[in-house]
Amino acid sequence: MTARSEFLQWLGWFLLVAAFVFCWRIMTQDTIWAFVHDAPRQGGDILARALPPRLDYLGQLWIPLWDTINMASLGTLAGTAIAVPVAFLAARNTTPSILVLRPIALFLIVASRSINSLIWALLLVSILGPGMLAGIIAIALRSIGFIGKLLYEAIEEIDEKQVEAVVSTGASRLQVIDYAIVPQVLPSFLGTTVFRWDINIRESAILGLVGAGGLGLKLQSSLNMLAWPQVTAIFLVILGTVFVSEWISAAVRKAIV
Amino acid sequence: MSLHAVSTNYPRQWQRPPLFIKSRSMRWLVYGGLFIYLAAAASSVEINWIRAYEGLDRGWRFLQGFLVPDFTSRWRDIVTGLRESLTMTVCSTIVGILVSIPIGIGAARNLAPAPVYYVCRGIIAVSRAFQEIIVAILLVAMFGFGPFAGFLTLAFATIGFIAKLLAEDIEEIEASQAEAIRATGASWLQLINYAVQPQVMPRLIGLSLYRFDINFRESAVIGIVGAGGIGATLNTSIDRYEYDSAGAVLILIIVIVMLAEYGSGLIRKRIK
Repeated sequence: MTARSEFLQWLGWFLLVAAFVFCWRIMTQDTIWAFVHDAPRQGGDILARALPPRLDYLGQLWIPLWDTINMASLGTLAGTAIAVPVAFLAARNTTPSILVLRPIALFLIVASRSINSLIWALLLVSILGPGMLAGIIAIALRSIGFIGKLLYEAIEEIDEKQVEAVVSTGASRLQVIDYAIVPQVLPSFLGTTVFRWDINIRESAILGLVGAGGLGLKLQSSLNMLAWPQVTAIFLVILGTVFVSEWISAAVRKAIV
Repeated sequence: MSLHAVSTNYPRQWQRPPLFIKSRSMRWLVYGGLFIYLAAAASSVEINWIRAYEGLDRGWRFLQGFLVPDFTSRWRDIVTGLRESLTMTVCSTIVGILVSIPIGIGAARNLAPAPVYYVCRGIIAVSRAFQEIIVAILLVAMFGFGPFAGFLTLAFATIGFIAKLLAEDIEEIEASQAEAIRATGASWLQLINYAVQPQVMPRLIGLSLYRFDINFRESAVIGIVGAGGIGATLNTSIDRYEYDSAGAVLILIIVIVMLAEYGSGLIRKRIK
């Protein structure tokens, strides 16, 4: 290691520490430290109130749970339906125009990925009114970027020899996609979709916080009433659902990939 | 004669093999079951068409606001929100990673004794099980409103992410290098420093940069439940139906995420 690179490394660490101290001071300038010191006691207080969970409340949670799962599934379906054409437009080797359509498709993917489904839901509830429709569209909008990005990267990494072989039979553009590209990307695409469905279940469980239906709606009303035992019951249901959906998605991905 | 008969029996048409499920009945069962579930799910959605129709006008206004964003009228709120979000992201990423490193080492099967391993895996499981927003709700209830609760939320979420991937990375290191260092009579700390650290460092830096992106994106969300940051600004402007200000905030978020992704891509390329 030369003296110069060693110096640069130290400089990098120094800048990192300086940035941390700087950001910390700005971040905490309005912090009320009395609240922070009081936090363990507050936490203990909440915990004491939240336990034991109100188990008879579980009976009221089955329909919101069904709604939550449906929002995730329908949202994933709709998101996938839009993500597939977007991915084919974004992949360098399948896009009809590199200069116009590809940048637009890439921007759609980045825009969708940058914005969390809860923010989409916040917007859509204000536009469409509260309910599951807003939640489904929010999930779909966020899924486009995730599925689109992984799918277009998979399309760009395919084996070109198979494409060449199908082209040499005189196949049309669509036939090339159908016979040479789809079979190569389908396993990873389905894996991605199931993985996203699993993430979407987690997200749709909380979308109700901003009015989009499902378990989050119950969570919001329980929090507003400070009914902590109900909150704990809802957390238990969410945890159980997340556990099951993660298991399903892992099993399906193992079977197809 | 018989040879000729056999050759004409070859199928004249090629049929595409099924891509996944070989057995035909199983295939129909799986696809049919999926279809029935999706139909049931779709029929369970109640849509208030009148309300949705009335919303079209607002949707149009939002689209206009997104295309012609208004940065000026809420500029001060936007700056405050962005400052909180960015400082929160930097602090939580750094603190989160510093805490994740010992936990990640503890959660690696090949380095840690069984009790430590289970404790560290437990911490990771808890951190991964709860989404940021739920943690934020609890921490805001404990620490009061503002970016400090957001900082703690993101740091906590960072632990589950980084420590898990770091542990998996450490478990997959080249064992011969660790053995070589051990053979020199190195202590446990020296083993970490000379055999493990050089092997996992490049990926750890890459993951940290990736987590920085995620933390910034999440910082825009947890503001909705009172944990400070740009999410609070966004929430207020949507509540006031000021879609042009909301559009400005969304565009800023997208631009910052794009810049962060581009920058981290450059750094990762240099490290490799």
